[in-house]
Amino acid sequence: MKPADILTVGITGLNAHDNPGPGIAVARALKDAYGDNIRLIGLAYEALEPGIYMDKLLDKTYHIPYPAAGATVLLERLLEINGMTGLDMIIPNFDAELGNFIKIAPRLAAEDIKTFLPDAVQLAARDKTQLHEFAATYGFKVPDYVNLTKAEDMEVTGDKLGYPLFIKGKYYEARLADNADEAKKIFHDIANRWGLPVIAQRCIKGTEINVAGLGDGKGNLISAVPMRKLYITDKGKAWAGVTIEDAELVDLAGQFAKTLQWRGGFELEIIKDNAGNLYIIEINPRFPAWIYLAAASGQNQPAALVKMAMGDDVQPFESYEPGKLFIRHSWDDVVDIARFQQFSAFGEI
Amino acid sequence: MKLKKNIATSESGFIFNPSTGDSFSANGIAAGILAEMKSDKTEQEIKTGILARYDVRPEQLDRDWDDWMVQLKEANLLDN
Repeated sequence: MKPADILTVGITGLNAHDNPGPGIAVARALKDAYGDNIRLIGLAYEALEPGIYMDKLLDKTYHIPYPAAGATVLLERLLEINGMTGLDMIIPNFDAELGNFIKIAPRLAAEDIKTFLPDAVQLAARDKTQLHEFAATYGFKVPDYVNLTKAEDMEVTGDKLGYPLFIKGKYYEARLADNADEAKKIFHDIANRWGLPVIAQRCIKGTEINVAGLGDGKGNLISAVPMRKLYITDKGKAWAGVTIEDAELVDLAGQFAKTLQWRGGFELEIIKDNAGNLYIIEINPRFPAWIYLAAASGQNQPAALVKMAMGDDVQPFESYEPGKLFIRHSWDDVVDIARFQQFSAFGEI
Repeated sequence: MKLKKNIATSESGFIFNPSTGDSFSANGIAAGILAEMKSDKTEQEIKTGILARYDVRPEQLDRDWDDWMVQLKEANLLDN
């Protein structure tokens, strides 16, 4: 049994490695807001997800099945975990798992486990393979792109988009190709990892800016914090970034939340070209891995999301602090191998 | 031309443009001039102060000032 005033929240995305999931940042933001009044339950796919071993953040972690196993298997496992922990809410943090979580959200709600997610139509509308339709429908600027199902089409696509161009997986990963041979090689790599289609996207030159946002599902933008990437890894991930003050970016996030009636966290990945045009290159349907920066600069989006899920009336944030810098780093945690064995063998720790 | 209102400067010469995330380092003299620009002094008032403090001819100061303005404009730190 747990005290009634302590929230129990399940969190996925504990893979805090060089292409990090947002789970640890979400957990950190929630700990900041709730302190000892929250129990965080990790939901992990693999035994080497670093978050599993971060005892100061997570009270308990359980293994869950991969998204490919389907919604029914996921639901069964979550109900089993609920029986052991008494979950009040789950915050899924991976693109690839959202479809399953959206499907089972009504069944979770029936068990009094809350989520705060977009619906399947909204999720599909911002899919990176549908960005042309999204841009045409809602009046946003997106870079030209082509969905590819075979590498041979790269020749024609390269002529159309020009080089360099980005080759992207449908869920994750983006790599720059300088010519057709390189593009074909990357196509095969990404297709093997993430499946088809693979997306070839025109490379827009400019400043890379991301906006972390939160919509209430009624068309209101609760929060938006823009961040300029200062250090980018070879996987295109921000390893350092700074909050910036730009009303146009916040307006863009507001248009997105309004037009899609977006419910939950989201991230707009934007290129601002030299003429000041804002191109949306990707829309992630969840909090970004750098979401703790938003909390540290005055807008704790994960905490606001939990409050909305619990039925509280949450008013839009009015300000945040520009000039807050995050610098990610590597740190070796040392644990006894028995803990790894415990999680691997029994699916919980 | 005026410095953008939201530009943050420090005594040590650190300059941060919160609109773009750009940051710059300025030497002591430049940091002092930026502080004066932020305090809404006119170009003439700032130049008069420089002429009083440093051994520089007015025509040289005018040339340096023009160069300074170009640098600030290129760094996107001035109001249009």
